[in-house]
Amino acid sequence: MKEVKKLTLGLASAAALFSSSLLAQDTVKVGVLHSLSGTMAISETSLRDILLFTFDEINASGGVLGKMIEPVVVDGASDWPTFAEKAEQLLAQDKVAATFGCWTSVSRKFVLPVYEKYNGLLFYPVQYEGEEMSPNIFYTAEAVNQQAIPAVDFLLEEGYTKFYLIGTDYVYPQTTNLVLFEYLKSKGIPEENIGGGLRKENGEVISAGKYTPFSHTDYQQIVADIKSFAAGGDAAVLNTINGDSNVSFFKEIAASGLTADDCPIVSYSLSEDEFRSLPTADLVGHLGCWTYFMSLDTPANEKFVENFQEWLKTKAPSSVQKEGRVTCSPMVLSYDGVYLWKAAVEAAGTFDVDAVNAELEKGISFDGPGGTVTTQENRHLTKNVYIGEILEDGQFEILESFEDVYGEPFLKGTF
Amino acid sequence: MKLFDNKIEFGGYLGACVVLLLILPAMNAFFPDGSALHFSSFQLSLWGKYVTYAVMAMSLNLLWGYTGLLCLCQSLFFALGAYAFGMYLMLHIGVDDVYNTALPDFMDFQGYTALPWYWAPFENGAFAIAATMLVPGVLAFVFGFLAFRSRIKGVYFSILTQALTYAASLFFFKNNLDLFGNNFILFGGNNGLTDFKEIFGYDVNAASTQRWIFVMSAILMLVVYLIIAWLLKTKFGKVQQAIRDSENRVRFSGYSTTTYKMLIFVGTSMVAGIAGAFYVPQVGGINANEMTPAKSLDVVVWVALGGRGTKFGPIIGAIVVNIIKSYTTRAYPDSWLIILGAIFMLVVLFMPNGLVGLPKQLAPVLARIRGNNSTSATPAS
Repeated sequence: MKEVKKLTLGLASAAALFSSSLLAQDTVKVGVLHSLSGTMAISETSLRDILLFTFDEINASGGVLGKMIEPVVVDGASDWPTFAEKAEQLLAQDKVAATFGCWTSVSRKFVLPVYEKYNGLLFYPVQYEGEEMSPNIFYTAEAVNQQAIPAVDFLLEEGYTKFYLIGTDYVYPQTTNLVLFEYLKSKGIPEENIGGGLRKENGEVISAGKYTPFSHTDYQQIVADIKSFAAGGDAAVLNTINGDSNVSFFKEIAASGLTADDCPIVSYSLSEDEFRSLPTADLVGHLGCWTYFMSLDTPANEKFVENFQEWLKTKAPSSVQKEGRVTCSPMVLSYDGVYLWKAAVEAAGTFDVDAVNAELEKGISFDGPGGTVTTQENRHLTKNVYIGEILEDGQFEILESFEDVYGEPFLKGTF
Repeated sequence: MKLFDNKIEFGGYLGACVVLLLILPAMNAFFPDGSALHFSSFQLSLWGKYVTYAVMAMSLNLLWGYTGLLCLCQSLFFALGAYAFGMYLMLHIGVDDVYNTALPDFMDFQGYTALPWYWAPFENGAFAIAATMLVPGVLAFVFGFLAFRSRIKGVYFSILTQALTYAASLFFFKNNLDLFGNNFILFGGNNGLTDFKEIFGYDVNAASTQRWIFVMSAILMLVVYLIIAWLLKTKFGKVQQAIRDSENRVRFSGYSTTTYKMLIFVGTSMVAGIAGAFYVPQVGGINANEMTPAKSLDVVVWVALGGRGTKFGPIIGAIVVNIIKSYTTRAYPDSWLIILGAIFMLVVLFMPNGLVGLPKQLAPVLARIRGNNSTSATPAS
């Protein structure tokens, strides 16, 4: 019976969509390029959902340049050649005005040549390692100095003097940790107080920290290592482990008796949305650092969260999960990206990518749920950064905020 | 000696030649964008990708369908070929505005200032092309030597090849290898090799370059088809099929089945490797995800769906599955996996000979319908 109800609802919403697209005389196609299947689906589906919500919100208030946004949703399937294929399909066949998408660095690396070839425009919303500035990508994402470095500043202020670096073995943790290593040294932290190990080539450090493969589960030795590292006190862990490995890592930490008071762990890849699928009990008291938290107590955020929940109940398509939904930084940066694109298009008076790019690079501000964000000439965003402590309900209690941090993608060798 | 079994096969082959080598490239080159007859560069490179997949499927079919060896490392050979050629492309990106170095970006990220010795030879195009076949070939030789000499067969052979694939993917996912205190930078880790610019001095993204790569991929597929058709008619091919049907009997007849299997295994690994080399410039990148066990299973599904142990089956299977995948990930992004899964199950349950076996399977049914029609027609007249 429930299935039948779902089906009729689905049909009704399809009919509603059809009739609304008939009514709207003019539409503009916009691509949504995320993984809806495969290992990344658990994170990326939320971004698809928030984008559909944002488009509905904009369409309800008159669209962009008088045109209704018509989303073209494709599935990158957590498979990088598929991402490249779908990107080309969006640009060559659907001729989308802009695309919002990608989560992993590797997916961005695979679609980058495609966007450059077709002179397209991609908005990329997830914290990343920097060292990149394509004229066809706009990075609403957190740069390393908008997440990793403020967290270290916070810990230094709190009096921590020893830092253990751990991450999953891929380019984001590797590059972030290398930048952090240089930053810590510039702050007077000696090499022996930076844990996890260093690899050198011709006397120069080329890699700092401890790395495990994707989906690694055995953290016994590493945690023992962390425990002896933290034995003297004043130690903290900077964690760039990705995905489900965090479950095993935090379980092992809890089992070893290390508490957040002895040795706090700052995780860079865990947001409210991840806590929907991770047991939070072992993470309580540890820290997170993002440019948005759902617990932000501002009218803009309250309204945003409320509207999203309302949309889930009333307007969301049947494929969107409705229960237990939260908002998180990558979602908000996707949301901000759409509004910044809208503002740039309206300022330029056209959907033409070069004109929109010129407006974006001039500097456009938007009062988003996480505070005001402003586009920069280097195709990144100035935004607020928040440090939060993980609570039992999977939310963050905000401990400190840094206002208007300039996004700087090229950090290596600058300290 | 006749290469083709019958006129239908000959006609099909000739038709494929005309479509792939003349019609599609001509529609791409001579009709402007917007014309109804225009075949876009996007679709051409997409078909180029399908064609390289088809070659990989053909190589697996020769092993599985004709020699009885279910090999689960075909995607590894394919990816090794792709990596070998990707390394050549990676070293010809040149200095760009962002990086100010001719080194691959991931080496620059990690503070390397010179190319490691095992990367350097890939700057040479001829070396890289040779490596696309030799690297998989050598790996297949060593692995095959150990496996076939120990008479590992059946499901144990499949499991071992799958383990080999998994081990290799773990290795390629790593950024660095720490060996006896020496640090080696590997092949780009999870990000792999992307953002190519030049191929033998031509702009790799230009429509004309892509068209040539497509035509050469199609020629590769058509030539491999002829080689397989020829091989199956030789004495070698007969022994090979006899091994599939009863290996012990062949061995007791005085044939060294190990040698035959070795030759086939090494040969097909090299074919998969060269297919991978054609794949890379058309897709625009390669990473270790392409050599995971799941990808090897994909190839098995294509072959099974098209028709195992038939010459056309793997080509049809690889192309049909990938067309459906390309279409559904755009048209039904939420449910395409279910659609594709349902098709696989239908084929496995109701079409034991795959898609190419369908006409034969339907022949008796059609004959009966026709027979009924004629009997019912008789009384009326």
